[in-house]
Amino acid sequence: MKTVLTGASLFALTMLAAATPALAGKSDDTLNIAFTKELENIDGYFNSAREGVIMQRTVWDSLLYRDPETGEYKGNLATDWKWVDDVTIDFTLRQGVKFHNGADFTADDVVYTVNWVADPSHGVKTQRNVNWMKSAEKLGPYKVRLHLKAPFPAAFEYLSGPVPIYPHEYYAKVGPSGMGQNPVGTGPYKVVSVDPGKHFVLEKFDGYFKDSPKGQAKIGHLDIRTIPDINTQAAELFSGGLDWIWQVPADQAESLEAMDQFTVANESTMRIGYLDMDAAGRTGKDNPMTKLKVRQAINYAIDREALVKVMLKGKSKVVNAACFPSQFGCTDDVTKYPYDPEKAKELLAEAGYPDGFSVDFYAYRDREYGEAIMGYLNAVGINTNFKFLQYSALREIRMSQGVPMSFQTWGSYSINDVSAITSEFFKLGSLDTAHDEQIKEWLDVADSSIDPEKRKEYYKKALQKIANEAYWAPLFSYNSNYVFTKDLEFTPTTDAIPRFFQMSWK
Amino acid sequence: MLVFTLKRLGLALLVALAVSMLSFTLLHLSGDPASAIAGEGATDVDIAAIRAYYGFDRPLIVQYADWLFKALRGDFGESYYFQLPVAQLIGDRLSITMTLGICGISFALLTAVPLGVAAAVRPNSLVDRVALFISVMGQAMPSFWFGLVLVVIFSIKFQLLPPSGTKSWENFIMPTVVLGYYAMPAIMRLTRAGMLDVLSADYVRTARAKGAGEMRVMFKHALRNAIIPVVSLSAVQMGFMLGGSIVVESIFALHGAGYLAWESIGRNDLPTVQALILIFSLFYIVFTFLSDLLNAWLDPRMRVG
Repeated sequence: MKTVLTGASLFALTMLAAATPALAGKSDDTLNIAFTKELENIDGYFNSAREGVIMQRTVWDSLLYRDPETGEYKGNLATDWKWVDDVTIDFTLRQGVKFHNGADFTADDVVYTVNWVADPSHGVKTQRNVNWMKSAEKLGPYKVRLHLKAPFPAAFEYLSGPVPIYPHEYYAKVGPSGMGQNPVGTGPYKVVSVDPGKHFVLEKFDGYFKDSPKGQAKIGHLDIRTIPDINTQAAELFSGGLDWIWQVPADQAESLEAMDQFTVANESTMRIGYLDMDAAGRTGKDNPMTKLKVRQAINYAIDREALVKVMLKGKSKVVNAACFPSQFGCTDDVTKYPYDPEKAKELLAEAGYPDGFSVDFYAYRDREYGEAIMGYLNAVGINTNFKFLQYSALREIRMSQGVPMSFQTWGSYSINDVSAITSEFFKLGSLDTAHDEQIKEWLDVADSSIDPEKRKEYYKKALQKIANEAYWAPLFSYNSNYVFTKDLEFTPTTDAIPRFFQMSWK
Repeated sequence: MLVFTLKRLGLALLVALAVSMLSFTLLHLSGDPASAIAGEGATDVDIAAIRAYYGFDRPLIVQYADWLFKALRGDFGESYYFQLPVAQLIGDRLSITMTLGICGISFALLTAVPLGVAAAVRPNSLVDRVALFISVMGQAMPSFWFGLVLVVIFSIKFQLLPPSGTKSWENFIMPTVVLGYYAMPAIMRLTRAGMLDVLSADYVRTARAKGAGEMRVMFKHALRNAIIPVVSLSAVQMGFMLGGSIVVESIFALHGAGYLAWESIGRNDLPTVQALILIFSLFYIVFTFLSDLLNAWLDPRMRVG
């Protein structure tokens, strides 16, 4: 439906061009924001949405904070942290920090939060964010020891993001549902009202601790509404009802930019798009995807530069390795497959398919990209039977019986570490379509070593083999367009987490 | 009449039960709910844990019986997505959809019936052609496009109405027009056809011959009979408006039950979808039942049986 609606956008925007300029929220110190998607439970442990990640960083704090510019880890609720051994980390906590309900932040909150979320019976939705932790132990009022299940070098990355600390007494009393309706954190903004899925009002937390690496919030109020249709968001922007929107499709962003009434900013995100191929032959041993030359041919068949230039636009880039370039351990030093349809045809002929073949090609999002890819494949003789499914349905088929070929995307949950993508798909799990034991061994070493250089070395080995064997056809990185009032100071970051607490009025 | 009404009610409840059973089965066959809840990035172990946590590993019949007994007590479970009681979630959103639906059908009836009558009184006249044009436009124009046009004109150009939200009654003006205009053409054409049919009937001629005034002929004799199929159609349209106002709710960010249903299907939020299907089907049943009663009042012949 949204695709259909988007189709009408150019018409609407052309008419909007003559409209009067927007009234900004600067006058009443309220930033009016639109989310496209209805946010599920605002409790960050019980949602997996991007909007949830944003809210989590706004309302809560984690032990650490990763500077989005430098990548450096800074103390947030912790002031000091060190590895005791491969599976133990000690933290010294910050003193004088208050929760929004007035409770003092202490070691009890960290211990309770970690022990509660690490227990799978509590049903934390994003298990991958917490299932590497075993338990936490109180060493003193402001000292905590974290026990890991196994060596996990990406620990700091997770501790600086999706592991917010909750007030122990309050959470024990209200649980996820209560936290969702009346959130309480230590973060730069406190939640004033929640209308689930529809409307959230936040207010600058005056008691926020002074030396937070996040800085103090500068805008007094945030008014966040869910408006599903991007055209309506644009209309609200023009009529002064909104100050900031994001995830604006490229064409619309271009039209809005041309009007010169708003600031349009573009930044890449950590999400990459790729073709997944059934190299392991789950869908049949005669499946053409089991042949290296076919997989290489597919890599050569797609003009990724053109896709980026014509369809994705903005700061999207061609991706060559099975990871996002900024992630720790990612390397571009891998075999590259430039657009060469003739070579693709030759390779297909050498593989025994001089007249090409037919294949079921699945996708779950960005149908237009899937169709463009289909066009390139058809051009070299690979006839694609396009099947567009809901994500959960496609995932289920992939897990239970496999599919020969699919257009997939992965955002790594903004975790800036290769373990969040390459290790996710190449360690013989049910979504591993390569089933390469050698790669798994290398990834195991990289995932569990706390020596950064060793990690890089082994990730590189794995990524090079993935490219050599053409297990995937990595395509491009995604980008996001942000459109906002010219009164607002905002610079987007590559982790696609807009930090409202760092925005300010000009 | 009482026995007849009770029988009809019993049948209606059976239909509701069958709908709930069928929808429950189909929803559970439409994809692994545990996988949908877990979202992107969940491992097999995570999904298995969620499956056990929500009880998806139990036989389907047990899950259905569990749901039904709780639903009969007004407990529709907790939304997997929002982690909120479904009854609370739907109660909030249903009032928006009900408001929109009632306003929409009222707008449709208030415009369609007079236009239909006027068109039938002077067939092929300018009035008839204008009415036909309006009806064709209503049928041809997609709701999302019409909605956007209204937003551009009334919210952007003249800044008279808010483009989205539910803050005041003004927010409902444009959605009502869009939704009502969608239902209007069918009602208008049916009214026109019914009136044309009735106006040439013997009893209307007799009424005129007896010297009845034109207004009395129109409203007492003709419209009362011509409107019977319109009542049935309106009941169906009303049911459709409650369940099918998704596009309108989406454009104007109304967050009603229709949009909730649409989104919940995509999220595999089974308790929410299941409850909404039951409620929407109950609405259809109630409206059909009420339209039967109304028709029986309008046409005494229908009271037999």
